Amino acid sequence: MTEVVATNETILVVGGGISGMTAALEAAETGKKVVLVEKRPYLGGRVSQLYKYFPKLCHPTCGLEINQRRAKMNPNLTIITMAEVTNIEGEAGAYTATVKLAPRFVNDNCTGCGDCGKAVEAEFDDEYNYGMSKRKGAYLPHVMAHPMQYVIDPRIIGTDDAQKAKAACKYDAVDLDMTEREIKFPAGAVIWATGWQPYDAAKIQPYGYDRFDNVITNVEFERMADPKGPTGGKIVRKDGKEAKNVAFIQCAGSRDRNHLYHCSRICCMASLKQTHYVVDAYDDAQVTIYYIDIRAIDRFEDFYQTVRAMDNVKFVKSKVANVITDKEGNPICRGVDTEGYHRYENTHDLVVLATGMEPSVAKGDFPVDIVINREGFIEPDAANGGVFAAGSASDALDVNRAVQHATGAALKAIQVVNRVARAEA
Amino acid sequence: MSDMNTAMIEKYRNSFLSEVEANVEEGEWVKMCMQCGVCAGSCPLGDAWEHTPQKIFMMIRAGKRDEVLQSDSMWMCTSCYNCIVRCPRELPITHIMHGLAHYAKRLGIVPQGQPTAKFAQLFWNNLMKKGRVNELKLGISLYFMNGFGEGVKTSLKMKDIGIGMVKTKRMNPMEMLGGHAVKDLSGFQKVIKKAQELEDARLAKHGG
Repeated sequence: MTEVVATNETILVVGGGISGMTAALEAAETGKKVVLVEKRPYLGGRVSQLYKYFPKLCHPTCGLEINQRRAKMNPNLTIITMAEVTNIEGEAGAYTATVKLAPRFVNDNCTGCGDCGKAVEAEFDDEYNYGMSKRKGAYLPHVMAHPMQYVIDPRIIGTDDAQKAKAACKYDAVDLDMTEREIKFPAGAVIWATGWQPYDAAKIQPYGYDRFDNVITNVEFERMADPKGPTGGKIVRKDGKEAKNVAFIQCAGSRDRNHLYHCSRICCMASLKQTHYVVDAYDDAQVTIYYIDIRAIDRFEDFYQTVRAMDNVKFVKSKVANVITDKEGNPICRGVDTEGYHRYENTHDLVVLATGMEPSVAKGDFPVDIVINREGFIEPDAANGGVFAAGSASDALDVNRAVQHATGAALKAIQVVNRVARAEA
Repeated sequence: MSDMNTAMIEKYRNSFLSEVEANVEEGEWVKMCMQCGVCAGSCPLGDAWEHTPQKIFMMIRAGKRDEVLQSDSMWMCTSCYNCIVRCPRELPITHIMHGLAHYAKRLGIVPQGQPTAKFAQLFWNNLMKKGRVNELKLGISLYFMNGFGEGVKTSLKMKDIGIGMVKTKRMNPMEMLGGHAVKDLSGFQKVIKKAQELEDARLAKHGG
């Protein structure tokens, strides 16, 4: 990792998901110096883990590729991966950021050839696939990771595997002596784009996510549909049975004062999108969507109506009360519907919980003074000074709105560093 | 039909929801129900009731006054609190159900022979005498709730349990003669009197 060159006219972007990338690129392309700090070993965040976007059902890899290319070509942008901002001090126009760099154990010589991955034997849960598959102790996080460099899992350091990885590398890219470092640099404005994480489904006790193999979350289902995912794109259960009869439970965690106060906005459209995956995979598919109300707003209405019109898709207006399983492990959704108040007990092959979004930084963990609302998202507030939220750090947003919001945040940050530039001129 | 019932119908003409909000304990929460159905599905006795809480709340909003107040649902609630715990909007559902039962009782339109209502009255009368529940008397009055013949039959059926309880000192037959009171019975009566005054004042405010 090269040292960071930064001044009070630099914009620091925290988080390299779709919002952070967008904000960083928009600012850098106007000529501002930008430092982008990302915790994961690659950019793209949760968008890189999506199979398709709604409503066009196109692939996020397409847009990511464009952004990655923009990032590579821009000399104003410095990208630091495997890094976490631990402290931000100062005020608008004069911040000092402290960043903790985790060792990658692989340097910039890496060509992504994969020889180290082949040599290493130890395997770990693959975070990229939400633990649904294994990856090696030396690994490329995903096929189009940016930077296209391998990572060595710190858990194999000091073992034979680490030596094997080093021996296998033809480019002298494996550096087992790397250690955790801390760097400090100035910044005039900060864009906070730490995004979201899926709400912990195990906390929704009646749905049994922690007890039943065939109750999974929508982010896991998304990986399952991806041909590059843990099942090679097959929609199957853990026991290998094809999941043809799939139930989606909406508002799993969202709009529930016991869990998340807010509506997560994306889950209705995500389930409607994932319904397409099931229907496309099996001719005799049967999908049931349990919902309180479908929030497919404005231009998404057409998408909803298309799914609604499918013969093999059933909409049940009811929040499922609880899930139990039969002897074969088939999940059974139980509840009472609101259209007629009929009691039901429906058996499915697989239940997908449409889990909501929560901010990925917990309320007390922000390393900077910032105004947080009841839901844990960042409020636009004058007290935040030169720190601006972008994307899902500010609210539950879909990709489209996150990108718009990030562009706005970039503009606000540019205004701050322009003020600094005028004062210094 | 009691006079109070007639007065309330007159006062809240066409707006049963307002009537519930003003007169039923926690009734102001009814409008917050979003009809998700979790209470109905979570209720362990759900399919034994005429109407689930979810349905009762919708019926209140739809102005189905007679159907709601004469439903058996609020009398069937066992206060397990599953619905309150699960409700995504934190509605105090159990309390609302009890509030509806209480209101129906005040209006004098509880369905004839409603067993929970009968038992509740027995319990109250028993409690008021000595400031504590006389379990022996309460048990026996429960057996005889539906007539002398059934009372004798139930008593005979339960006699072994009764003798067993006497032997293990879980029950004192002498309690049948008056029974013991709380330490400060007059203090207890003052508390109840004060509560009654507050309740009367509240009712007077709402024109009941």
